[in-house]
Amino acid sequence: MNEKLSFYDNEIEIFIKSRFDNVILARSILISFLSNLDLSVNVINELKTALSEAVTNAIVHGYDSDENKKVRILFAYTDAIIKMEVEDDGRGIEDIEKAKEPLYSSKLDEERAGLGFTIMEVFTDELNIESTIGVGTKITMTKRIFDEFSND
Amino acid sequence: MSLTVSLAIKKNRLLIRLKGELDQSNVEGLRNRINEVTKKYQIKYLVFNLENLQFMDSSGIGFIIGRYGEIRRIGGKVAICAMNETIYKIFKLSGLSRICLIAKNEDYADQLLGVAI
Repeated sequence: MNEKLSFYDNEIEIFIKSRFDNVILARSILISFLSNLDLSVNVINELKTALSEAVTNAIVHGYDSDENKKVRILFAYTDAIIKMEVEDDGRGIEDIEKAKEPLYSSKLDEERAGLGFTIMEVFTDELNIESTIGVGTKITMTKRIFDEFSND
Repeated sequence: MSLTVSLAIKKNRLLIRLKGELDQSNVEGLRNRINEVTKKYQIKYLVFNLENLQFMDSSGIGFIIGRYGEIRRIGGKVAICAMNETIYKIFKLSGLSRICLIAKNEDYADQLLGVAI
């Protein structure tokens, strides 16, 4: 336990098995984690949706829906920003630009909307995608929360 | 929180009331159930009431796009009512807001579909 102090006021890291019902669990943990912050319902809903897309992507695309893998999730906040990280050790994304195109999906035959990255982009302020074929994908999303005061 | 589905049929219109959370964990069960009913009762119009749907991600959008494709093939229409703000944003991103009828409540949806009694 000799790691350096985090820049964030609060931080939580969880590992979930790559099952779809654990996406619900991840959303619940996010809500509990953020409950000390005075956020509007809309901001919470947008963060929930962005998280849901990232974790679902990790399971569906990273792991081809294999339930026996692990997804790492990290939540952190300061009084100005919220950060969410979702990381898998899956197949990796071949063409990130293409994957980010609205309505593009590598699995359209499964009635997928191809909106995952679009939702993550629109519902947060910064989306960063690091991916290596055969190694995995790490999604980092940050949302500024000080805007809240000027808008509401 | 899980998903509760209640269905009502009026002539060739199917009303689908969703309550709770719709995501990848339950979308397949919902799809099978709706497809079964749509086929059995020769449904031409779908009305989704999302008033009590607290959460939906792009899994739900994929599901509605799929149903829209099937209903359009037989010349029917799809109406969505009572979306919360976040779900409506996702609708606009997906383009579904341009091809489905959007209504405040079930009565308006019926009027838009022209199937009011």
